[in-house]
Amino acid sequence: MTMQDNDPPLMRVSKLSHMYGDRIGCRDVSFDLYPGEVLAVVGESGSGKTTLLNCVSARLQSSAGTISYRMRDGRMQDLNALSEAERRFLMRTDWGFVHQNPADGLRMNVSAGANVGERLMAVGQRHYGRIRETADDWLGRVEIGHDRIDDRPGTFSGGMRQRLQIARNLVTGPRLVFMDEPTGGLDVSVQARLLDLLRGLVDDLGLSAIVVTHDLAVARLLSQRMMVMKDGQVIETGLTDRVLDDPQAPYTQLLVSSILQV
Amino acid sequence: MTHLDAGREEVIATYNFAYLDEQTKRMIRRAILKGIAVPGYQVPFASREMPMPYGWGTGGVQVTAAIIGPDDRLKVIDQGADDTTNAISIRKFFERTTGVETTTVTAQASIIQTRHRIPETPLAPGQVLVFQVPIPEPLRFLEPRETETRTMHALEEYGVMHVKLYEDIARHGHIATTYAYPVKVEGRYVTDPSPTPKFDNPKMHRNPALQLFGAGREMRIYAIPPWTEVVSLDFEDHPFEVQAFERPCALCGAADVFLDEVITDDRGGRMFVCSDTDHCNTRQDQGHVGEQQG
Repeated sequence: MTMQDNDPPLMRVSKLSHMYGDRIGCRDVSFDLYPGEVLAVVGESGSGKTTLLNCVSARLQSSAGTISYRMRDGRMQDLNALSEAERRFLMRTDWGFVHQNPADGLRMNVSAGANVGERLMAVGQRHYGRIRETADDWLGRVEIGHDRIDDRPGTFSGGMRQRLQIARNLVTGPRLVFMDEPTGGLDVSVQARLLDLLRGLVDDLGLSAIVVTHDLAVARLLSQRMMVMKDGQVIETGLTDRVLDDPQAPYTQLLVSSILQV
Repeated sequence: MTHLDAGREEVIATYNFAYLDEQTKRMIRRAILKGIAVPGYQVPFASREMPMPYGWGTGGVQVTAAIIGPDDRLKVIDQGADDTTNAISIRKFFERTTGVETTTVTAQASIIQTRHRIPETPLAPGQVLVFQVPIPEPLRFLEPRETETRTMHALEEYGVMHVKLYEDIARHGHIATTYAYPVKVEGRYVTDPSPTPKFDNPKMHRNPALQLFGAGREMRIYAIPPWTEVVSLDFEDHPFEVQAFERPCALCGAADVFLDEVITDDRGGRMFVCSDTDHCNTRQDQGHVGEQQG
């Protein structure tokens, strides 16, 4: 991680908390995310992973704390100070969000090509031929057959939908991608291929990513660094291999030892 | 005349002028004024129950009722025709509740209430065209949430509109949307021109008449003021085009108008005639002859 010494962080989260009324969503979470780094957030259901992800992706207004993001022009911007227009622009150009359920992230009633092309049209592209060419290229990169470009996502398998969702998010060349259980609900062989694909894309494009998962194998394969959450708080953080091979917190030890061995 | 006078007396006994009470008219006029001030923006209004079902033009009728005065001359068309059920019943409604003069001649009307056509005869300054609108929201096809579509309008996020057109080209090889073709009004709001054929879209651009749109069930009013810029959305490599017809009108021979297909028998016989009956009749009176009459 030598580049961390030189590059300033892409995102800096400090003392982030979110409350649902009296209940804690997440509390006092701080971390830095560096360019090209993949950070995994693991923990059991209800530990605040998704709340944290929604807060840092500005989909949810956090109750306390600051999130700053390095814009393309290099200045650090407080996300809470962005206007809604700027925030939404950031979301569809510089960021991607991969939902656990592809139907949440796709337009199910339009073709695969239109799904991939939507962001391009949203940022002002008005040439059908070029939009289609780009969409076709991206479908190829996520291993969807070129003959499926005019099919609706409803006719796709779960794994294909997830890959389509990834293509749709990456088409505008985002620098940061948020993923919420990207492999949830897929069978293991499809998971393996998806992970392989994701790892390749993240490497090729130099993406940063925050991946929420309860699957430690996903964290191991994708991420360089991980945070373990329990009851809304981060209880352990460190390099992924270190945390998984030498867990310090009792809960992390429990989590690691709970992995089924085949 | 005596019949009309008798009708008038009955009106005064039963209804306010133009059916709606004055407070309701004021409310609708406020919405119309706001619509004119912000061209293409959908203004919510407290749509009233009208003595006709939703989908029969309750929005247009309320707009007309709010702007009509005793000196106005009203024309009502339904798909371009003055003599179809919807047109006749709305015309009779206003005859009974206002007693104003009605006409079928486009040039003589001060208010034209229309369902899905803009007359072929060019409109003049001072005329008002009132559209009946079923679904005012052009983004509805891709975004069912009203809260979201309002935000999209506010932030000018109109990318999805092109997704719809993209989908058309991907499916049909060309933009197959033929009616309710989305337009951008004065470079700002994307607006649904109501289900008029896209043939009429160019007529909306810099039209000297005031164009008002009323959606009764959806409770929205919007407006395109005179001389406003109205641009149909398209792609650089698939530019906007209007429908073209292979043959001219079978009755009057007009070539540059929108035609309706009329089935003439049960053996596949058909003819194409002007959808604008006033325009067709005027041309026939002037001596123009189509192939059916030649």
